[in-house]
Amino acid sequence: MSVKLDSKIPGGSIDEKWTKHKFNMKLVNPANKRKHSVIVIGTGLAGASAAASLGELGYKVKAFCVHESPRRAHSVAAQGGINAAKNYQNDGDSVYRLFYDTVKGGDFRAREANVHRLAEVSVNIIDQAVASGVPLAREYGGLLSNRSFGGSQVSRTFYARGQTGQQLLLGAYSSMMRQVDLGTVELYTRREMLDLVVVDGKARGVIIRNLLTGEIESHEADAVIVASGGYSNVFYLSTNAMACAVTAAWKAHKKGAYFANPCYTQIHPTCIPVHGENQSKLTLMSESLRNDGRVWAPAKQGDKRTANEIPDAERDYYLERVYPSFGNLAPRDVASRQAKYRVDEGHGALGEKAVFLDFRDSIKRLGEDKVAERYGNLFQMYEKITGENPYKQPMRIFPAPHYTMGGLWVDYNLESTIPGLFVAGEANFSDHGANRLGASALMQGLADGYFVLPYTISNYFANTKLEKITTTNDAFKHAANETQNDLNKFLSVKGSRTVESFHKELGHIMWEKCGMARDKAGLTEAISKIQNLRKEFHSNVNVPGEGKGINNELEKAGRVADFIELGELMCRDALVREESCGGHFRSEHQVDGEAKRDDEKFCHVAAWEWNGSADKTQTRHQEELTFENVHLATRSYK
Amino acid sequence: MASAKATINLKLKVWRQKDNKSQGGFKEYDAKNVSPDASFLEMLDAVNEELIKKGEEPILFDHDCREGICGSCGFMINGNAHGPQKSTTVCQLHMRVFKDGETLVLEPWRASAFPILKDLVVDRSAFDRIIKSGGYISVNTGNAQDANNIPIPKPDADEAFMSATCIGCGACVASCKNASAALFTSAKIQHMALLPQGQVERAQRALDMTAQMDAEGFGACSTTGACSAACPKDISLINIATMNRELLKATITKKEEHTGGGDG
Repeated sequence: MSVKLDSKIPGGSIDEKWTKHKFNMKLVNPANKRKHSVIVIGTGLAGASAAASLGELGYKVKAFCVHESPRRAHSVAAQGGINAAKNYQNDGDSVYRLFYDTVKGGDFRAREANVHRLAEVSVNIIDQAVASGVPLAREYGGLLSNRSFGGSQVSRTFYARGQTGQQLLLGAYSSMMRQVDLGTVELYTRREMLDLVVVDGKARGVIIRNLLTGEIESHEADAVIVASGGYSNVFYLSTNAMACAVTAAWKAHKKGAYFANPCYTQIHPTCIPVHGENQSKLTLMSESLRNDGRVWAPAKQGDKRTANEIPDAERDYYLERVYPSFGNLAPRDVASRQAKYRVDEGHGALGEKAVFLDFRDSIKRLGEDKVAERYGNLFQMYEKITGENPYKQPMRIFPAPHYTMGGLWVDYNLESTIPGLFVAGEANFSDHGANRLGASALMQGLADGYFVLPYTISNYFANTKLEKITTTNDAFKHAANETQNDLNKFLSVKGSRTVESFHKELGHIMWEKCGMARDKAGLTEAISKIQNLRKEFHSNVNVPGEGKGINNELEKAGRVADFIELGELMCRDALVREESCGGHFRSEHQVDGEAKRDDEKFCHVAAWEWNGSADKTQTRHQEELTFENVHLATRSYK
Repeated sequence: MASAKATINLKLKVWRQKDNKSQGGFKEYDAKNVSPDASFLEMLDAVNEELIKKGEEPILFDHDCREGICGSCGFMINGNAHGPQKSTTVCQLHMRVFKDGETLVLEPWRASAFPILKDLVVDRSAFDRIIKSGGYISVNTGNAQDANNIPIPKPDADEAFMSATCIGCGACVASCKNASAALFTSAKIQHMALLPQGQVERAQRALDMTAQMDAEGFGACSTTGACSAACPKDISLINIATMNRELLKATITKKEEHTGGGDG
């Protein structure tokens, strides 16, 4: 373990670490809280819940989002649900089982202590959400309802039809707006973080572009939280919203925050397939559909008949066949890979890149009404996009980039390698290892924001001497100038290719060479292609308009430039990690199509350090992972 | 999928406006070889790519999730908020609903409480200020009791959920001849009035949120129901009836404010 990568995992047994740590952390008295300020970047579940909770404690909070309203953050689009170890179903769930499932689901590449804490606070999240008015689904007796999700044999997923993310986000958003009303949180919308300001080795502020006026603003604080989401849009086509970007995290990375496990990306098995060249994004069909939908592919190779023309005997319910104990609820990485195999071997639905997700049997068993009550909005969304009625014919689905487990490296306190820079939600790497289980992203975002950061940030303030600074400090002036120079450069190239065309080309390279399957030759080729693409981007991009006022293309140019640099790092990380684990599948390392880990050589987190320029190869550091509770084993869902 | 479907050509008349202070006007564009499987915004993306290549500024519109849930997108297509298809945001509208050769007129939401920022983009921050005025339950993090301690009848929970599915897109305001925000505001009031957790602040919430709605310059409810018809999430008019009842009840039962004395 390098000196800088001290995970600061507290001592004691796994179930008392967090409790003890909470007691051992120092507090800030109420009168002193008013003197401390925190900047929060991003207002999704992690950012909004952190801003609200810190505001309630009495800190001065500034919250920034790229959207016109915090309620539009991409957490809003999460469909299926949120896990919590409530055991309301009396089906054998417990904090320990959620912890166990998550460590195993992550293919033994997550930190045990973090995961256990996540499982512990999961129960508080549901209480908090309900108290703040989130209308989660209920049974006729008035108690909360649960559904099942992949990678688990208990029903622990709470939900609000297919709009769980929306409802939880609106809950966190309303809590934050209450603090805005009370004056503890200042809200800045249509603002993008374009740099982190580090003074005396500590994160002390940010450089922000006002997306309406184009002005560059400087904001100082005692601590900065980056909760800016994941980087799936590096693939161009993903289920992420259009503005989702790595930019805030990447700027922090370039200022000294290590970037961990960038190659751990989640390809979600059930998305609506690509329809054409002009497609701008992919749409997820919630994993919850696999509760009642059965996944199959034509058993005969090259069978192009429509689903209803294929008799039962000629259908291959491959998840049920290969994984009899988990069946259609096999975890995402496993289910995606199996879909890929079917298509690669010529068993695609209608002869195309897709498999079927079929509700015929559930409609027969439950009736159309019951199915509509559970998944109505998803069926409607499917019909709007494809023009096909999924009550009458099966959905066609195919895997698509959806979530990124990698992110900025953080210790147990969610603090990065830059003191005072904390990272929450999908933007950090902490809890999901090499594969995230369904309904765990909402859980992690809210755990970080509601229940972890309020404690660990107070501890940071109580233990750290922070000089008073203002934005007239040279570090701010320097960062603001650099930011303005970068923007001017994009505008002055006046080349011949649109930003979009570069993004598409990058996405194509990433999907082909660093997507569902990766190998040495492909990754090596991808790295050199991406390096060339980066050079061409900076010498041939065409960004119309000017720096003042709204300029969407200029915003996109900055984001794509960062994605290009990240793409290279992802390939490099995937190249060095000569094993398969979770969503990272190296074709050279497999047993019968299943991932083959190498615990001797790779039971560690890889954290990359920026070396001052995109032309210099980044330095790889390692944090060893130890498994004292869940013993390292080959992950099996058979 | 659909590789053999015939493409269509359209004429677009789009509202272009440099910024809030400038005069705007319609400009015509051709959308050529549009796939019927493309979404409306993907069609605009293609038009914009051509504009950029010609050195012109692309048409600006708000959008993000493109799944009909974030509420970012929205403009008028031939006078209909989010276009001709019911219960559909413009990002979920697909080109198969249009015919070859059609002319489509694209305009931003028109309401004085939603100032135009550029082209099809308006400022809907008034909605945030309405929520800020009382669209929440005052509970700090860490104070919650077990979530199953208060059972909520399923019909109430379901109805609260239906109101809470509002995405805050502004189509209700844009399609109301009075530019009223009654549907948006009432959906939040009804959502919280139906839940036991929302009872403590119920009356004050109705008073504060409706007062803020008026202060933002939204008009009075026109009672025509155009809002609900245009709503991509089918928020029902019953919400407005509830809001009126809540407001009336809150106004009648409002206690006199006491000042001074007693505390020592």
